[in-house]
Amino acid sequence: MAKQQSESYEAFIKGIWRDNPVFVQVLGMCPMLAVTNSAINALAMGGATFFVLVGSSFLVSSVKQWIPKHVRISGFIIIIATFVTVADYTLLALVPKVHKELGAFIPLIVANCMILGRQEAFASRNTVRLAVMDAMGMAGGFMVALFSLGAIREILGNGALFGVNLFGEHFEPWVIMILPPGGFLTLGVILLFFNWFTVKKNEFIAQVAAAERSSL
Amino acid sequence: MSQDKPPDTPEVSSARLVLTLALAGLISGVAIIGIYEVTLPTITINKARELREAVFKVIPGVTQMQKLVYKDGELIPSRETEKDEQPVYGGYDDAGIFVGYAIPAAGPGFQDTIGLLYGFKPDRQLVTGMEVLESRETPGLGDKIYKDADFVANFEELMIEPEIVVVKKGKKSSPNEVDAITGATISSRAVVRIINETHVDWSTRLPPPGSEPLMTEPESEPLITEPE
Repeated sequence: MAKQQSESYEAFIKGIWRDNPVFVQVLGMCPMLAVTNSAINALAMGGATFFVLVGSSFLVSSVKQWIPKHVRISGFIIIIATFVTVADYTLLALVPKVHKELGAFIPLIVANCMILGRQEAFASRNTVRLAVMDAMGMAGGFMVALFSLGAIREILGNGALFGVNLFGEHFEPWVIMILPPGGFLTLGVILLFFNWFTVKKNEFIAQVAAAERSSL
Repeated sequence: MSQDKPPDTPEVSSARLVLTLALAGLISGVAIIGIYEVTLPTITINKARELREAVFKVIPGVTQMQKLVYKDGELIPSRETEKDEQPVYGGYDDAGIFVGYAIPAAGPGFQDTIGLLYGFKPDRQLVTGMEVLESRETPGLGDKIYKDADFVANFEELMIEPEIVVVKKGKKSSPNEVDAITGATISSRAVVRIINETHVDWSTRLPPPGSEPLMTEPESEPLITEPE
């Protein structure tokens, strides 16, 4: 039981941090750069992707034994596309304003390689429980990444967060941050930080190990 | 972690492959039709409400509206929705007296089609308001055609004859000029061009001022009143 729990926890948590789909695997760059010009758009995109990924992983892992190996990719795509269409219509009905902002990028979730990647690499080889945990972790990590980019770009480029003005009238917006180059700049800086952090952490672990060895 | 390989499938016949995908496609199709049917009423209501709110916004002083279509050389009230129709909306006050038209217009913007609605008072040849219904203009720049209150305010009392002219921000001096948005000149010009072109299209079709269609009595459907 304890082993089972730690296994699902591990499947969940690795997507949030260690194997973060954006900052570590550098997947899903198209929505990452395109819709993160404001925090609310980033969250809506993250939410839609979350729904699609968790739904697809659940379904793929449940029906995996009936899908012949030769047509598995087409099968996965049919499943993903169905969930995307459901998300598309649901957003259009419930939050038409957000749907208007996201526009063409909702149907394009089908082409998010992170989603197909998780089906092929994980959901089609694991139990339903693990697949759902893994999908929630990956989608959660994706959402965290989208939101941090969206928040940074909206604050710098519009002087606001969730449309609420932060700095008053005299703030001169850094317009390039909400244009495409701003996406690349912000993502680059965050990736730089992530890699620096990983290097430092590994150095620290190595130092501790060395210290332990010498004290023996 | 159980990274087991998927069980080795023995040779499968092509019929089975085709059947699997056909079945998957069928189930997916049913699911998509399902969600379409479920969400369609809400989506239709949302669109209709958005349009109605826009009509009341672009013609001030209006409390009732009806759809008008141009048919056989005259403008007549209509309740049916026809394919490819090009309606305008007549706005009336409490007493049922005609106030102005709300005219839908569309045309190319900087990135995609801009769809908008503008209010028009034929007796004074005046644009009374403009509301963007549909646009994919650049977030943060081009989308100011509906997010920038100063730009939208340009259209609240704007002479449409001989035509609307875009000038640099702050240079507006005559009643038919519009201050462009700094950094979004193309989108600003697009909005004005769309209104000018639509105005030319409609100017021959609208009846002379004073002989607009009367407000018809609303049928069983709920009275359309101004939103709070």
